Amino acid sequence: MQSLVIHSPILAIAVPLLAAFLIPLISKFNSKVRNIVVIAALAFTEFLVLILARDIYATGLHIYTLGASASTLAIPENFMVPVRIILEVDAMSVFMGIISVTVSLAAAIYSISFMKQETGGSKFYTLLLLLTVGMVGMEFTGDLFNMFVFLEILSISGAALAAFRTRFADASEGGFKYIVISAVGALLILFAIGIFYGQYNLLNIAAIAKVMQYTSLDKIALVILIVAFGMKLASVPMHMWAPDTYSVAPAGTSPMIYVASQACLYALFRICFTLFGVTMDTGTIGWIIIMLGVLSMFVGVTVAVQQTDIKRLMAYHAISQSGYMLLGIGVGLAVLADPVALASYGKAAISGGIFHIINNALYKGLLFLTAEALFFSLGTRDLNRMGGMARNMKYTTIFYIIGALAISGIPPFNGFTSKLMIYESVYQFSPLLAIIAMLVSILTLASFTKAFQSAFTGPALPQYGHVTEVPRPMLFGMGILAVLIIFFSLFPSIVVNTIVTPATDALINQAGYISAVMGGL
Amino acid sequence: MSKIVRTITNLLTPFILMFGLYVIMHGHITPGGGFQGGAVFASGIALLIVAFNSAKVQEKLKERHLSVIESSGALMFIGLAFAGLGITFFYNFMVGSSIFGQIPPEGSNPGYMWTAGVIPLMNIAVGLKVIAGLSAIVLVMALASSNIRIDE
Amino acid sequence: MTEGIFNIPFIAIAALIGISLYIMVVKRNLIKIVMGLAILEAGVNFFIVSLGYRSGGAVPIYTNVPQKLMVLPVPQALTLTSIVIGVSITALMLSMIVLIYRHTGSIDAEKSRKLKG
Repeated sequence: MQSLVIHSPILAIAVPLLAAFLIPLISKFNSKVRNIVVIAALAFTEFLVLILARDIYATGLHIYTLGASASTLAIPENFMVPVRIILEVDAMSVFMGIISVTVSLAAAIYSISFMKQETGGSKFYTLLLLLTVGMVGMEFTGDLFNMFVFLEILSISGAALAAFRTRFADASEGGFKYIVISAVGALLILFAIGIFYGQYNLLNIAAIAKVMQYTSLDKIALVILIVAFGMKLASVPMHMWAPDTYSVAPAGTSPMIYVASQACLYALFRICFTLFGVTMDTGTIGWIIIMLGVLSMFVGVTVAVQQTDIKRLMAYHAISQSGYMLLGIGVGLAVLADPVALASYGKAAISGGIFHIINNALYKGLLFLTAEALFFSLGTRDLNRMGGMARNMKYTTIFYIIGALAISGIPPFNGFTSKLMIYESVYQFSPLLAIIAMLVSILTLASFTKAFQSAFTGPALPQYGHVTEVPRPMLFGMGILAVLIIFFSLFPSIVVNTIVTPATDALINQAGYISAVMGGL
Repeated sequence: MSKIVRTITNLLTPFILMFGLYVIMHGHITPGGGFQGGAVFASGIALLIVAFNSAKVQEKLKERHLSVIESSGALMFIGLAFAGLGITFFYNFMVGSSIFGQIPPEGSNPGYMWTAGVIPLMNIAVGLKVIAGLSAIVLVMALASSNIRIDE
Repeated sequence: MTEGIFNIPFIAIAALIGISLYIMVVKRNLIKIVMGLAILEAGVNFFIVSLGYRSGGAVPIYTNVPQKLMVLPVPQALTLTSIVIGVSITALMLSMIVLIYRHTGSIDAEKSRKLKG
């Protein structure tokens, strides 16, 4: 068991990859066996990430050197810098890893009944497993170029999944927009990595962080990285691809593409907090990220109020909720150099932002799945044509109500807890930002109430009289997320103390991250 | 295509394919390796598709066979990576053993091929995957553009 | 290669990236957007390779190499990975353009749009 824990960073990436390569061979024989292999591989990966998390909270961070004679031998003898690819997992990485694998498992269970009516099922599951590999790889790696490679794996799989339903005309358009924006963003990231390599001759994050001097070339690289990662995580004004792509993605993959953009959010914070840390001017960069967050929140929700297509409405709300995370963690970054302010409200702001990431993944995923369930049963996404579905689809209505109350920040749901942490700490930093955040929350509630009234209440329409509840695997997938939301709502302090606070401490602790690889040289 | 093009293609294609396989096999001594040799091989297949009709190439080279070759190449690669898991992932466990295990002398030497452990085998695996993958891409796009039915 | 400010590789890289960004923003034909992306890829790969230059160095391959200091092989490995990724992205984008053309009958970015708002 102990050796399984030592090898678990790379096994959590390699087991879905092995399953992804086995699927085309297995599905030529039997498709039931294929479904079992997919679910088993994702369940085993979830188990590996959970035992790795328990060991990290007990002992500290883990490193794994690929191809060395011992897994913790980061720097070989007679060398001064690391030469191999090193995976470095601290509490923040494993936090994001838990979110990615849980949402992948729920999406895979949800898609089983959906894929019965589509062809090309083996390619769908291969792409889903490759998307999981890309997300987990990006979160666990400690090497800049490796992060770029996993980012490209993630983008290509996500775009191919978004354009999967080729019989609809707009699916290819959504996928094309996603791949063009992703490719441009990733090439700009490669340019910035080239700038770092040209100056320091190193690619490892900890090694560069140790020798970083904040020259003007590094400033250019930092700006390119912030813009390129902003393109990937759909922050305004680079958000134009998000509504099109989220609305055409098939069942279960909209939450996965969304969690993939949260992995890019993790990469942005890893660069700002660990690669640069206090050697950069944290006040200015923090304010840039706060401005991106405020723009995303505000523009996202004001356009969402006027939407008539239910999945585009969910997509604009996803953009707006990403703004909350950027706001919370941006406030923490802005006061990183000031120990008094950091201890009093900076750490609470970062904790609120990180807690919001996991809450958002859960309730946004649930809302995307309910919107897809409506599309599966009714065959339309237009809110003007729906009505009175609460009579026919009882479970979907309950899941929608849980998700909508959680996203609007109504107590006692988990959205209220994380938003309260963000409001309290941001108010001490600048009161105007907190007021804008509360206003956005009110508009979110208004928008979801309007959508609820259009889709679920109202008189029963005659053309939908035959519609029944969605099949059981889809209900099971939604049920996993709903149960987790209720658990997080009833016991928020357990979740914050166990998962969120170690992640906050790990994100701020740059010296610990560097010394785990460089060994105090 | 005309008779001249078809005749020259018939003469040249074996050389192109053989050169691709040579670049794959000698990846650890000379410049080259899995992807480069696979791309040369796939451009030989593209020459066949251009010179002869893509429907005629599809009679001999079916897309589902290419899918099997591609998956087996990928499985060979990751199987070799898992095989070193006793020490670490991707550990080169064949150095010093009997297959590809000779350790060359230091400094400039006329390249010895039976060296470098797992790396030539991984080159072969990646080469198979790239051959099958790029050929499938070129074949399917040629068939789709001329609206010929693709055999499932 | 560097006489004062006339560092020719870097000027060429700046020109390639500038031209590609202009093409991707201004042109409306979908195939031309793909070509602009290919030029951007070429520019960034060229940048990575040109970082590995050391004057008076030897190729990092042991077969019949002259007796000089060897250059690091890392930039060439990075560029190769990036070329492979570029090939697969180009193949994916061209397949999507074939599907868009089949559904809407045009490859103009304005006429083949269906998702608005």
